[in-house]
Amino acid sequence: MASTSRQVLGNLAGLGVLLAIWVVYAVYFSPTQGWTFFFQLTVNGIILGSIYALIALGYSLVYGILKLLNFAHGDVYMIGSFIGFGVLTLLGGPLSPAIPVALLVLCMFVAAMLGSGVLGLAIERFAYRPLRDAPRIAPLISALGVAFFLENSVLLLFGADYRNYDGYDLISYNGIHLGGEAGVFVSYLGVLVISGALLLMVALIALVRWSRFGKAMRAVSFDREAAAMMGIDPDRVIAITFLVGSALGGAAGVMFGLVYSQIYYLIGFLAGLKGFTAAVVGGIGSIPGAMLGGLLVGLVESWAKGYLNGNVADLVVFGILIGVMLLRPSGLLGTPALQKV
Amino acid sequence: MADTPPPNPDQPTPANTEIGVDRWVSEADERRDRGGLGGRIQRIWGGLPPSGKLALLTPAIFLPFLPLSEATIYNYGLFILIYALLALGLNVVVGFAGLLDLGYVAFFGFGAYAYAFLSGTHHEKGHEYTHHWSAQYSILTAVVLCAVLGLFLGSSSRRLLGDYLAIVTLFFGQAFVVFTNSADPYGITNGSNGLGNIDPLHFSAFGVHLTVSSTRGYYWFLFGCVVLVLIIVHLLSESRTGRAWKASREDPLAAELMGMPVNRLKIMAFSFGAAIAGLAGSVFAAAQTGAFPQNFGTQVLILIYAVVILGGTGSLTGMLAGATAIIVSFQVLDSTSPPNNARTLFYLGLIVGVAALFRKSRLKMAVAVVSTIALGFAVHAIAEAVWPRGTSGSVTSGGYLTGAIKDWVLLPTHANRLAIYGYLALIVLVVVIVQLKGWWRVAVVPPTLVLTAFVWENLLIQQPAVTRYVLFGVLLIALMATRPQGLFGTAKVEIV
Repeated sequence: MASTSRQVLGNLAGLGVLLAIWVVYAVYFSPTQGWTFFFQLTVNGIILGSIYALIALGYSLVYGILKLLNFAHGDVYMIGSFIGFGVLTLLGGPLSPAIPVALLVLCMFVAAMLGSGVLGLAIERFAYRPLRDAPRIAPLISALGVAFFLENSVLLLFGADYRNYDGYDLISYNGIHLGGEAGVFVSYLGVLVISGALLLMVALIALVRWSRFGKAMRAVSFDREAAAMMGIDPDRVIAITFLVGSALGGAAGVMFGLVYSQIYYLIGFLAGLKGFTAAVVGGIGSIPGAMLGGLLVGLVESWAKGYLNGNVADLVVFGILIGVMLLRPSGLLGTPALQKV
Repeated sequence: MADTPPPNPDQPTPANTEIGVDRWVSEADERRDRGGLGGRIQRIWGGLPPSGKLALLTPAIFLPFLPLSEATIYNYGLFILIYALLALGLNVVVGFAGLLDLGYVAFFGFGAYAYAFLSGTHHEKGHEYTHHWSAQYSILTAVVLCAVLGLFLGSSSRRLLGDYLAIVTLFFGQAFVVFTNSADPYGITNGSNGLGNIDPLHFSAFGVHLTVSSTRGYYWFLFGCVVLVLIIVHLLSESRTGRAWKASREDPLAAELMGMPVNRLKIMAFSFGAAIAGLAGSVFAAAQTGAFPQNFGTQVLILIYAVVILGGTGSLTGMLAGATAIIVSFQVLDSTSPPNNARTLFYLGLIVGVAALFRKSRLKMAVAVVSTIALGFAVHAIAEAVWPRGTSGSVTSGGYLTGAIKDWVLLPTHANRLAIYGYLALIVLVVVIVQLKGWWRVAVVPPTLVLTAFVWENLLIQQPAVTRYVLFGVLLIALMATRPQGLFGTAKVEIV
């Protein structure tokens, strides 16, 4: 145990050194843009990162319990985003909401989380449960099929058009100016997203750490057979894990829609990849790791977009993933897996 | 202890079993044997020598002599061969070595771009690239480059477990698409416009010149490639390396302990598969005289996987059969082919699905079929009486089936929204059917089938390009859940 925590500390120290070098580089070697630009990108990165962190949690929860990569998670997130949009449109749209805005936003989140959660349940039931004892490659291919089915179903039903959430119209264009009028701008929407994500994460940690279900979940994750012998129904625990993870993904989908306005049927693919990157960077299976990883991926993407350009940003994120996998396969906060024979 | 238990007559006497042979395992083949016609065909097929199986392919040589249009040969013949080639390569990676390579399509693309770059002229962003290498050199270079790239990507698999490898390779595939689309600073790939100005396959060596330019020519060339690769892969799978691949797929740890260089084997498989993809890519680029980023996206990846999974990972015959089945249905479902073919294929698939669902009981099948037909007419009659709009739509290119469809399926005018709800309800119903058992299932099947026909006629047939991908997604899920070994694969004997 001691060696693991020392390794985690070492990882974090290394990460801190890298970040410090980067900050110095970013600010002193690009003087035309300066501190404000840097901090603005950082704030944007934190907003983006909290969305990625929520997606990453979905991957991490499922991986922790089933050792399975849920490729379809990105598309669950996309469906959540569409459900939120559907509720928004049904209740009057962003410009003339039929009910108070706060209630409307709450409705969107609840509907998206419920819808995505049920979808996650269904996916688990149909694509993964029949393959519980199959070779490891089988559920991955099945997941690929699910992802493809969901994407193309949305394309079939709703077309390839972009849908506009107009989150700023809905909530507010205003925000907080840090450091004066010319300083860093944090929109209220951004505040909402960050605090919403934090709230969900705290709720999740509470659920996993203190509830009876959380205890069962940790037990199943530790040893499924032993847990079953102790009277825990693993199938039920796994199903609820999918429900919780997918609901977080759905909430992330609504947040993405609110902040970035445009959604379409392919947003799940890239977001899923980045959420997965976040989960791996943090150490897959670890809940704090997923949060840290999400934050990091969001920051890196935002910085890369600001200092380089949008397309390269994706490549940078992919590069980081491959680097982390090669150098620290167990992630920043993860524990190296011992292979049992 | 004089009290030995009395010998069980069902148990084999010790004299029958050899020491060190697990009877249950050694009888796997007999248990797997099916009776009836299917079983007999399987036995005859299994008894053929490899050269005999290969000889069965010869009729395919004569396909170009049939009075078919160039487009048909291109869409069916060339695509089947290219996907067969791709599947043979992926089969080495996934089927033999058990590595889930989701960046496979990038090697296909890399081969295509390499050929396009080496045998063609391009002006982009102020750079001019003019190379007109002979095809044998550029194809060889493309193949070698892909193999080297596979070596690099494969060496990352050294430290990665199965799932991680999948995601790293998925990233690799994605990075390839991003790179070719936009992120390339030197204009080598010409962004989303792709490379268009490519030479046809032109071989010249020792003063002999040979140019492949017609579709039929490409067909024969590809056919030769497929046969060649088939022979190589077959020999490889029987070789020491092939056996080592399979051993390390089944149990890497055990293989390692037996002294096999598991990591090197993985990288070899990776690189070998990549080389075959590179070959397929370069011929593909020459045949369509271009290489475009959208040719190498996730959709192509899914298609290749559908071929490999349907055919049965690990089986070479399966790859050919899978490529034929998938590409034919893929092209038939396409918008450019006569829609009634798509319709026939769809309903045929539905019938096969129902037959598979009720394969245990003919009575239930008969009841389900009869009540489905009756329910369709009943719903139609009721709708005609109370909801005239519901039957006043028109059939989308019905052909000879127009009358039957018109009388049996509801065709509302402006059916868009209704069809969307129908689609969602259909997903729910299918979910329910899988859960139900016995006669309950018989009760739910007819409404589901009627609804399926409704959704197909009002929504799916109008967007064939999307529908076929939806169907392939469903196919992958269903195959994994019911017959993960595919058509020609063999179910594994699990030794616990």
